[in-house]
Amino acid sequence: MSILVNEQSKVLVQGITGREGMVRTRLMKDYGTNVRAGVTPGKGGQEVYGVPVFDSVKQAREECGDFDISVVFVPAFLVKDAALEAFDAGVKLAVLIPDRVPINDVLELARVSKQEGARFVGPNTLGLVSPGKAVLGMIGGRAESAREWFRPGSIGVSSRSGGMTSAISYYLTQAGLGQSTIIHVGGDAVVGLSHPEVLLLFEEDSETEVMVMFGEIGTTQEERVADLVSGGRIRKPIVAYIGGKAAKSGTRFSHAGAIVEGSRGSHESKVELLREAGVHVVDVISDIPKKAGQLLKERGEKR
Amino acid sequence: MARLFEYQSKELLKQAGIPIPDGMVVSSAEEAAEAAAKLAKPVVLKAQVWATGRAEKGGIKFADSPEEASAAAREMFGLKIKNLSVEKILVEEKIDIESEYFAGLVIDDAEKSPVMIFSSMGGTGIEETAGEHPDKVARASVDVLKGFREFEARDLIRRTGISGGILTRLSRTLAKFYIVSRKYDARSAEMNPLVLSKQGKVYAADCHFVVDDYAVFRHPDLGIEVAREFDRPATELEKIAYLVERNDHRGTFYFFQMLDDVDEKENAIGFNGAGGGGSMMSMDAVLDRGFKLANYCDTSGNPSASKVYRAAKVILSQPNIKGYFASGSGVASQEQFHSARGLTKAFGEEKIEIPAVLRLGGNFEEKAIEILHTYLKDIPGKIEGYGRDDAPEFCAERMKKLITENHFLPHKVRPVTEPEIKESAYSFKTVTGKIHIDHEKCGRCATKGCVEACSPGILKLENEKPVLAISREEAEKGKCTECLACEIFCTYHEQNAIFIRLPIPGLKEYREKVIKEQETK
Repeated sequence: MSILVNEQSKVLVQGITGREGMVRTRLMKDYGTNVRAGVTPGKGGQEVYGVPVFDSVKQAREECGDFDISVVFVPAFLVKDAALEAFDAGVKLAVLIPDRVPINDVLELARVSKQEGARFVGPNTLGLVSPGKAVLGMIGGRAESAREWFRPGSIGVSSRSGGMTSAISYYLTQAGLGQSTIIHVGGDAVVGLSHPEVLLLFEEDSETEVMVMFGEIGTTQEERVADLVSGGRIRKPIVAYIGGKAAKSGTRFSHAGAIVEGSRGSHESKVELLREAGVHVVDVISDIPKKAGQLLKERGEKR
Repeated sequence: MARLFEYQSKELLKQAGIPIPDGMVVSSAEEAAEAAAKLAKPVVLKAQVWATGRAEKGGIKFADSPEEASAAAREMFGLKIKNLSVEKILVEEKIDIESEYFAGLVIDDAEKSPVMIFSSMGGTGIEETAGEHPDKVARASVDVLKGFREFEARDLIRRTGISGGILTRLSRTLAKFYIVSRKYDARSAEMNPLVLSKQGKVYAADCHFVVDDYAVFRHPDLGIEVAREFDRPATELEKIAYLVERNDHRGTFYFFQMLDDVDEKENAIGFNGAGGGGSMMSMDAVLDRGFKLANYCDTSGNPSASKVYRAAKVILSQPNIKGYFASGSGVASQEQFHSARGLTKAFGEEKIEIPAVLRLGGNFEEKAIEILHTYLKDIPGKIEGYGRDDAPEFCAERMKKLITENHFLPHKVRPVTEPEIKESAYSFKTVTGKIHIDHEKCGRCATKGCVEACSPGILKLENEKPVLAISREEAEKGKCTECLACEIFCTYHEQNAIFIRLPIPGLKEYREKVIKEQETK
């Protein structure tokens, strides 16, 4: 098992003929993702690395059947429309790659997806990988690197930073620890699937034994994870790192989501709440593989 | 976030039909007197700065006559409130207040929806009010597909203990407030206080809007210069950097200045991260070792080499930094040799004398590190390149060591200079610059390596000289990716015949000013 995506998931790429869309379609195809079709309005009839391009999502569905997932590479201001089109055509998971999507657009997508029983990852996400099965988005950059950096295994990784999603997973692989699914939830203040929602999926996933969470200052994501652990909804062990210790209140460090508003969302408050709940918070990144390995071993011994 | 001043926010309210006190914005004491004369009643003068609690700092004054208004304004224009100078004052009719309320709109990341907050006790300290009088504060989630309707506003407000005729009037105001907040893509907005005057009229006595950075493009009418999260107005250097970001959509270049002025003795470095999480982690690693950061800069999301070049040029415009530190997540999906080439061009031009530790881990990191070590070995400053297996803590230690070995030599800002370009040179435009090739020198070139080095393969040889293999229009539209490989090859292996001009508007003048300041010190 893995969460959200595997080798069978039928994938659509929206904005497939653009700069990133083309390059990353190649990455996904080379890795083994089941990319069935692409959509760019006005470019129907073309092909991108052997993938047929259509003018609309419904047209793509008529020709190629239902899709499970759509990966969206269109410019930020068109993301809302593209995702709504996907939901309207019955797609249940959208992965929204672009940065700088207006927050009101994200709120509207959150509202509509709830109504449609759909979900989305991002915006401002590098994507996700179920190692050995499929990659969505641009994570890894090219298939060769993705294969070398990420290996199948039983650690679920959820991160608010794209680069750190890769970095943590790479360090886990180096330590001989494979991953079930690794996911970059996106750097924005409001995202579709946030840490608590992802960790609940890992909790249900039979393959995942230990979870790793890269948190950051700002938002309430880590606080909500602490609540889920305290409340017994999450029982599998979690290793966490919270970035942004040095950040000042009110200042943004790259990620729009990483803004501390008053005392809410500060580094100290997050670390304290997580530790109280029993989450293993480490102070340096290099301690993540050590701690995760140790917890995995303990779980094995208990059985 | 893109903040609006009180007077701008009130203008939006007025358009939406929410009453605000009569008033005008002034920039001098004379104008303040004129405004008071025109209003012909007692006035209040309010300093327009992005700071809370301005009343205690002398940012709010009352005046009964134009003379008093002029005197009060004169005093206020000299003030610095939380380090912000007062450049504009809002002169308004004074309202006789009966009662004060609070209304605010925020976005709740857990509910993924806007939340309207209302309190029957307005004024400063809404956080404390909420804690001490929970019965006076109420909140309501807004369904973005339905909007915030008047009956919802009524139900929200009555929960704070308000009833009678005022309830319907406040509700109408609140419903309008939601509409205007949404129309202008407010990330947050508040009217505090919203007041009821002794004459029975509702006014927004103060108001603050913060517009979502990512939606600023929808509102050119707001005239927002720098759409970035700052808790203060942007510095000159930040404005220069922002223009670079705005004119080149390839990847991110986010820059802000953390120190205005670096002292010669101060242990501060230039910081060039890549990716939010990796940058924050790297920042923590250097701060733990006693460094201060002169700036925070993030170049990520697969930026062009030219964008990274410009970032380095901006960072190197801050005098007295002791080192240059670049580090991201360490396992970047982007092709790292682009960043390496951008840094190589910048450092080579600047001939920096301070050391640099450049951690460029990720795709093609070996090639990236090789580029740095090959081409930057002869500049005065020591340059070290690292990859994904070198931890940020280790790299920060190296930075410390190199700076010590360099005897804490402070960085000197150099004037922006350019080589002379012959009229006979072969030139073509790129997305953000122009490439010049001195074909006279090409005659002496043995390898013609620039054609091979060109990553998008848009150069060809014609009479043994490199020219475009595509049309000029195609090159300008982006087929030339500004990878800088041709120039670097030619500069270091051949005749130094290629120069890529990548202008940074405003930087030349900025540096001239900095140099002058350095000299007078």
